[in-house]
Amino acid sequence: MLPAALRLRGLRKTYKDVVAVNGLDLEVAPGECFGLLGPNGAGKTTTIEICEGLTLPDAGDVTVLGQSWARDARALRQRLGISLQETRFSEKLTVEETLGLFRSFYHRPRPLDDVIAAVQLGEKRRARVGQLSGGQQQRLALACALVADPELFFLDEPTTGLDPQSRRQLWELIEGVKRAGRTVVITTHYMEEAERLCDRVAIVDHGRIIAQGTPRELVRSLAAQHVIAFHTGAATGAELEPLLAGLEGVCGIRQREGSWLLESRQAHRTVPALLALLAGRGLPLEELSMHSATLDDVFVHLTGRQLRDE
Amino acid sequence: MSNPRRLRERALAQLTLVRAREFLREPEAVFWTFLFPILMAAGLGLAFRSRPAELTRVAVLQGAPGADSLRAGLERTPGIEAALLDDSAATRAMRTGRIALVVLPSRDGRVTYRYDETRPEGLLARRVIDDALQRAAGRRDPVGVEEDRVREAGSRYIDFVVPGLLGMSLLGSGVWGTGFPIVDARRKRLLKRLTATPMPRSAFLISFLFSRLGVLVLEVGALLLFARLVFGVPMRGSLIGLVLICVLGALAFGAMGLLVAARPRTIEGASGLMNLAMVPIWVLSGIFFSASRFPAAVQPVIQALPLTAVNDALRANMIEGASLAALAPELAIVAAWLVVSFAIALKIFRWQ
Repeated sequence: MLPAALRLRGLRKTYKDVVAVNGLDLEVAPGECFGLLGPNGAGKTTTIEICEGLTLPDAGDVTVLGQSWARDARALRQRLGISLQETRFSEKLTVEETLGLFRSFYHRPRPLDDVIAAVQLGEKRRARVGQLSGGQQQRLALACALVADPELFFLDEPTTGLDPQSRRQLWELIEGVKRAGRTVVITTHYMEEAERLCDRVAIVDHGRIIAQGTPRELVRSLAAQHVIAFHTGAATGAELEPLLAGLEGVCGIRQREGSWLLESRQAHRTVPALLALLAGRGLPLEELSMHSATLDDVFVHLTGRQLRDE
Repeated sequence: MSNPRRLRERALAQLTLVRAREFLREPEAVFWTFLFPILMAAGLGLAFRSRPAELTRVAVLQGAPGADSLRAGLERTPGIEAALLDDSAATRAMRTGRIALVVLPSRDGRVTYRYDETRPEGLLARRVIDDALQRAAGRRDPVGVEEDRVREAGSRYIDFVVPGLLGMSLLGSGVWGTGFPIVDARRKRLLKRLTATPMPRSAFLISFLFSRLGVLVLEVGALLLFARLVFGVPMRGSLIGLVLICVLGALAFGAMGLLVAARPRTIEGASGLMNLAMVPIWVLSGIFFSASRFPAAVQPVIQALPLTAVNDALRANMIEGASLAALAPELAIVAAWLVVSFAIALKIFRWQ
């Protein structure tokens, strides 16, 4: 078996009185796209910046591509492609000037034209960075990682703040990197991003990994396969909860913003039973929706909180 | 695989090129760097241009005994303008600088001069008026005097101030031109992104010094050309010497900019530090007047300042035509500032 592309053992990092990373273990195989999924403040960025050699951990071992930051920093930087959260490049330089600068730092940079074509900025190559849209700037950030022709990519929230179309464009780019056989470690708080891109994900909360596996495995680990959401017009209080819990197939109940969320193993039996219950008590049904369980539901199930806290 | 040295040179060349582009694409920065010193030189050159001695303006106290004839006598002397003013008008005129002295004649034929002895024009008026009065009263000077008037380029105020402005401009653009872009890059997290690459960190800092040299050619060239063509400011020393002083000065001031920008996270924080560093240097280093006017006790400090050394060296080169060897002490001070500032900046620099 090939050695791991990234191995973290007992990683720990504290800022003043905040524990950002609290004993984190992780292993990423070569060629894998691995997602760190968690809400803001879960410790994803601190973890990835430790992997990038930008932050020193208080404790723990970090092995990147078989090398360590303490001994091989110089060689290691040649082998990594990095996209940080919220980097703003110089507005006064053009796309190709910016890439030219980053290319000059690497022994064997990829040809400029290849990189520009890969991120589809051909028409913008002589445009100033300040005139690019948010999506184009993020593609430029990814291009600055691509110039190194790296073996391992660290992408910290590469699509945060982008519109859906720009996000899909970026996903296609990252899929291209995966196809080329490169290893990708990505952080995100968008579950659909993790589900689409990642071979495996780790759910991070309070600086530690609380679950990991393929997206499918994690969803399957939930007893529930579906989530039924409904809203009754009337104020419904605690007296409804035991009745709902007794419905066929229900294995979990939550309330969010006045709506009830039922986790169900057997939606086809739960829904009719629910409708009968509400009709029997004379409660109006104002909204009813159902979706297959997602990573978001896994997160809520594990922590009782929403993944996206905005 | 290219060797590390080649990589370093390539990165340094790219970083320097990027700095130069960023600077030239900032129209305001270009204006302040090139035009501001020229405007200053033009303004000062006009205000302090050489011209025949001004009229000595005085007042004679109205209503005093013999005031009218005394005034008439003074008015007949070339270069003197005398007015009859009452006491309060005379005080007001003196306070606002319209007259330099008041003559108060008394009944016994004596006169009293009222003037401010701390002001040069007061002292001058005292001598001119006294001379005129004594001669009118019949004084004969025992020594015969002839006058031979010359005008020496180099002794004018503009000749003194142009090297000072050059030094001031080098300091300002050196500190601002390196300080602001660095703090801006830190604020935008671009600095952090760059440190995540294999970029040699010292190459990043050195690129700021190198790009200063490119700007320098234009900055110094524009001011000197202007001073030479418009005011005929002399440049008696060797051109190589002049270039060397400017290059060394620009590098030292750039290194000071790196040092000032080594820690702050915000533009506001950096501005405060820059002013803290530059204002005392500007005041003390003899830009508009000679630094020798400050008390002897602070002279060791003043002489150790980089701008004092640069200004002294520039003046010695341009006005006196001093050789490079003669300027070795000044150049050594500037070089020391360069090396020490750069070393400390590299050590304490905040990359993230």
